[in-house]
Amino acid sequence: MHIAEGFLPPAHAIAWGVASAPFVVHGVRSLTREVREHPESTLLLGASGAFTFVLSALKLPSVTGSCSHPTGTGLGAVLFRPPIMAVLGTITLLFQALLLAHGGLTTLGANVFSMAVAGPWAGYGVYRLLRRYDVPLMVTVFFGAFVADLSTYCVTSVQLALAFPDPGSGFLGALGKFGSIFAVTQIPLAVSEGLLTVLVMRLLVQSSKGELTRLGVLLTTRGPKKQAVSAR
Amino acid sequence: MNRNTRINALLLLAVAALAALPLVLGLGDHKEEPFTGADAEAETAITEIEPDYEPWFSPLYEPPSGEIESALFALQAAVGAGVLAYYFGLRRGRRQGEERALAARQDPPAED
Repeated sequence: MHIAEGFLPPAHAIAWGVASAPFVVHGVRSLTREVREHPESTLLLGASGAFTFVLSALKLPSVTGSCSHPTGTGLGAVLFRPPIMAVLGTITLLFQALLLAHGGLTTLGANVFSMAVAGPWAGYGVYRLLRRYDVPLMVTVFFGAFVADLSTYCVTSVQLALAFPDPGSGFLGALGKFGSIFAVTQIPLAVSEGLLTVLVMRLLVQSSKGELTRLGVLLTTRGPKKQAVSAR
Repeated sequence: MNRNTRINALLLLAVAALAALPLVLGLGDHKEEPFTGADAEAETAITEIEPDYEPWFSPLYEPPSGEIESALFALQAAVGAGVLAYYFGLRRGRRQGEERALAARQDPPAED
């Protein structure tokens, strides 16, 4: 989903930058508030960022005969809500743009929008929706991560199709082209990401019950607040 | 192996299988260059749609070779994995410490 450096026309690059900026600024505020009010969550925040770091470095082969990578943003979105994930995702993208020539500074706005804003929000939305219908936690986590991953690549396809409409078939033709490169490749990877996110969530449930209860991921039937305090 | 560990192992196995299957089944064989990055394919598609398009900005720093690039990617994954391992190790240690302290409090003479 990394649009390469210089591969978006200036007007598009600026527009996506403007679109992403408020989410990142709001995210930085949420992040500092979270750290100030709950210093104990710093470790788990670090772990969520680390998960994105690992997953977005893993380039995996897919059914289309090309390689792509997961995003790892679903976990942080479910744990800390999407605004905070916008910051963690931006840090990852900045690292890759500056050191790996993967993505770029001029396309940072667009890449942040797809991976750190749209993906986390879409995944979080699905997670919340499924939770409302009492779907088991791990199933909601799987679909949250799956949707966060896949929607990121769909947004990238839209971004490229907007910038480079096909001369013959227009926006939709280009969308089909970029979609077949990104979205189809991504389906099995999104499944992998869902499974890995479930794995990490299972480990978290085993190791960090108190933290998950405070964040509202785990619900306890008897006095959730007290439970969170005593479990720490 | 208890049930939890078994489920976790199965999850990892499923991910490994999903990654290995395209390779084993030779799903990249129809391509000139199998298993290239989707990002690079998108760049090719852009130049197909708009042959005159010139990237107007180039990366400030580019890894000088594929080796350096893979080293930096490995570094990225290693940093992430390290932080995750630290987190889970710390949690596990803390929990064990708490359990031990609790056991010692309930049953003091058991300690030698």
